[in-house]
Amino acid sequence: MITSFGLPQFGFLLTGLQWTLVLTAIALVGGGIAGLAIALARVARSPWLWRSAAGYIALFQGTPLLMQLFVVYYGLGLLGLKLPAWAAVAIGFTLNASAFLGDIWRGAIQAVPHGQAEAASALGLRYAARMRHVVLPQALRIAQPATVGYLVQLIKGTSLAAIVGFIELARAGQIVANQTHSPLLVYGVVGALYFAICWPLSLYSARLETRLAVAAR
Amino acid sequence: MGHSLDFSVVYDNAPALLWGCLGTIGLALAGMALALVIGLLGVLARASRFAPLRIATVAFIEVIRNTPFLVQIFFIFFVLPYAGLRLNPTVTAIIALGINGGAYAIEIIRGGVQSIPRGQIEAGLALGLHRLQVFRLVVLRPALRAIYPALTSQFVLLTLTTSICTSVAAYELTSVAQRIESDSFRSFEVYFSITFLYLAMSWLLMTGFAAIAGRAFAWPTR
Repeated sequence: MITSFGLPQFGFLLTGLQWTLVLTAIALVGGGIAGLAIALARVARSPWLWRSAAGYIALFQGTPLLMQLFVVYYGLGLLGLKLPAWAAVAIGFTLNASAFLGDIWRGAIQAVPHGQAEAASALGLRYAARMRHVVLPQALRIAQPATVGYLVQLIKGTSLAAIVGFIELARAGQIVANQTHSPLLVYGVVGALYFAICWPLSLYSARLETRLAVAAR
Repeated sequence: MGHSLDFSVVYDNAPALLWGCLGTIGLALAGMALALVIGLLGVLARASRFAPLRIATVAFIEVIRNTPFLVQIFFIFFVLPYAGLRLNPTVTAIIALGINGGAYAIEIIRGGVQSIPRGQIEAGLALGLHRLQVFRLVVLRPALRAIYPALTSQFVLLTLTTSICTSVAAYELTSVAQRIESDSFRSFEVYFSITFLYLAMSWLLMTGFAAIAGRAFAWPTR
């Protein structure tokens, strides 16, 4: 039976959108915490620490996100962990986000003038206090535009959970498209929903960048 | 549990997987070529004196950059038949990759073009060069050197994106892997192995790009 695209179908897409946002939020929080650790390890003095952080980042940036999701999804199953699909993809996105955010924040930490850290040491601040009160606040400010920019990538990236079978916005779109046989309309609406979330963030990121460039002058 | 790792499925299907790699590289190169063409035309269109063309170009860039590739490729897959093209997964994939990469390429190339001082363009015109000659020799070549790192890393990203083309069943590494997986049920082994094939391909691509840069942009700056 062919149904037409009406309010119930649009409601189903909105439920999918909700899951897209939940996945994004989990990946952002989890990836943010792990990403900070990766960034700190990447700028650490210990060679094996920064080398393994650099390797971790290169691994995630040099392979397709879809493969990372597949490997985590099936790898967890192999380890005997019976996780629901949403938890498996959330772990996959968290790992991916930690690598990308780690690299963005690594760049930002290195962009903070070296004299700042030296001055903090001269004032007797230990590593933790130096990072927390002197380097990181400045670094996070520098990293703001790129971080918001990555958030857009992350939201778009969650669409790949559809290929693993998790019902978020893109998968909801597939289901409704098959149901209604009007793929152009449905994928148009799905695209518009992604655009409505991502475009304001992109504009915000561009504005942050201009503001930062003005402040740096 | 009762499931132990067995990578023999990967060895047994090594030829098919390597052919899949070639499919991925072919798809990526074709997508890059199309992206470069769209990027160059887009830069001209975005600087056009005709306002509607300018606005349409900006709209194209923003729409492509703020929607997922997966949705774009589905949309294109169902739009093409209206343009008189039969549903062909590989053609769909190349067009989708070209359009996606093109939108990013426009902004990257534009940044490079804007980095050329106006005085140099005026000097070129004053020396009697044709407008197109000025664009090619004074603007494009130095601009390409400036944007080369950004453009090539975008191209590496595009190569990784080809994996999503499995969703329209284009011939590339991920779709080959999915077929092997559905025959053997060795999901983890297959995907784990091709992850490293992708890693090798992106390293190969980066090395190749660096080698090209060493030859093409060897002129001294001052």
